[in-house]
Amino acid sequence: MLRYIYADDLHRFPRLARSMFVDRATQFHDRLGWDVTLRDDGTERDAYDDANPLYVIWEDATGRHGGSMRFLPTTGDTMVNDHFLHLTDGVEIKSPFIWECTRFCLAPGAPAQISAALMLGGMELGLNNHLSHSVGVFDARMVRIYARLGWGPTILGTAGQGRDATSVGLWAFEPALRPRLLARAGVSDEISRHWYDRSFGALTPTSKPALSA
Amino acid sequence: MLDSYIEQLQRVETLGELNDHVVALRDTLDVEHVVYHSVNSTGEQYAALTYSPEWVQHYLDEDYARLDPVVQACYQRFHPIDWKRLDWTNKNVRNFHGEAIDSGIGNQGFSVPIRGPSGQFALFTVSGNASDDQWASYTEEHVRNLLLVSHFVNQKALELERGTDKVKVVSLSPRETDALTMLAMGFNRAQAADSLSISEHTLRVYIESARFKLTAMNTTHAVARALSQGLLII
Repeated sequence: MLRYIYADDLHRFPRLARSMFVDRATQFHDRLGWDVTLRDDGTERDAYDDANPLYVIWEDATGRHGGSMRFLPTTGDTMVNDHFLHLTDGVEIKSPFIWECTRFCLAPGAPAQISAALMLGGMELGLNNHLSHSVGVFDARMVRIYARLGWGPTILGTAGQGRDATSVGLWAFEPALRPRLLARAGVSDEISRHWYDRSFGALTPTSKPALSA
Repeated sequence: MLDSYIEQLQRVETLGELNDHVVALRDTLDVEHVVYHSVNSTGEQYAALTYSPEWVQHYLDEDYARLDPVVQACYQRFHPIDWKRLDWTNKNVRNFHGEAIDSGIGNQGFSVPIRGPSGQFALFTVSGNASDDQWASYTEEHVRNLLLVSHFVNQKALELERGTDKVKVVSLSPRETDALTMLAMGFNRAQAADSLSISEHTLRVYIESARFKLTAMNTTHAVARALSQGLLII
């Protein structure tokens, strides 16, 4: 199931949160060899995790992390604007309608469906929050996978080579793509909405004034 | 109407004037109340709002921020929220809600949390009295404008806080300038993207970024503003 959790709520999901940061260490440090900082407890976190980002997390049946990504608004401080201007033609991307997505991570051996579910989660965030685009930092080799899942990014720039290659790209939030992502994730429209409402609250009708005592 | 409002907002030079402009938003946005509340990285606060002074004092005296679901849901977050998504069921919260409605706050509300640079945080709220259907169609029609105007008010507050120069200096990157210059010369998006050898999505995002920095409601205004500020050479 998909959960949308702000960092300041992660403490309510200790197993999910810890396994996410452990899987990030495995993916970004061990497997991709990115220059990320590991903590003594074997987790990977950076300064943007301290800025109360919003995580989209796939939780498996045992309560463990299956995959995740991290969102921050571009009106505040972002990784792209702080560290990747050389990949965006020097443009500081800032808009209330664009959020940054970083640290797209999969648990070891995660099935393709989880990637699709995460993309779906990103789409739900964008459509529900009136966003036009998301700007992402990702492992360049993921581009083909994103495209195969039915929602490929427009690449702004790529630095490094081989497994070190890091790209910055744009995803456009287009409602027409949602059905395809639902299908790839194997999730119904209703279930996806339910997951979203469970995290952000459902629209509850305001109580009508009592007619009489 | 919002266009001319944004124009006037540009010319605001003091926090006192900004307060008047936030109050004026009530009519511009056609709502009962507007609240803008900012907390900067050092904890300094600034608020401009249309609630009655009695309600504000009562809210502070009772320390209602502790249990106000709007504050609880929005503080240090960044997704806009309709008050109907919040949990008002707790007994103390229900009492607070009843008092708020009695004080004329309205039975409906929509809040936009804003994340600025260096940990700055602000909350922009509109509220009013309406049926669920009326409110749903109001927010659906105006949500984009609410997001824009709330961020523009915040940009102005940040600019005034920075102080020093009265003339706002917007700096665009060469690529943003290129994109706006193409549009100023009459190119459409496809032609502009083609001339700059970038995709249309990339062009759209560059223009969107420039538009936001220029505090413009739309692309046409962004081009006009960039031209009037001498940022484009055509």
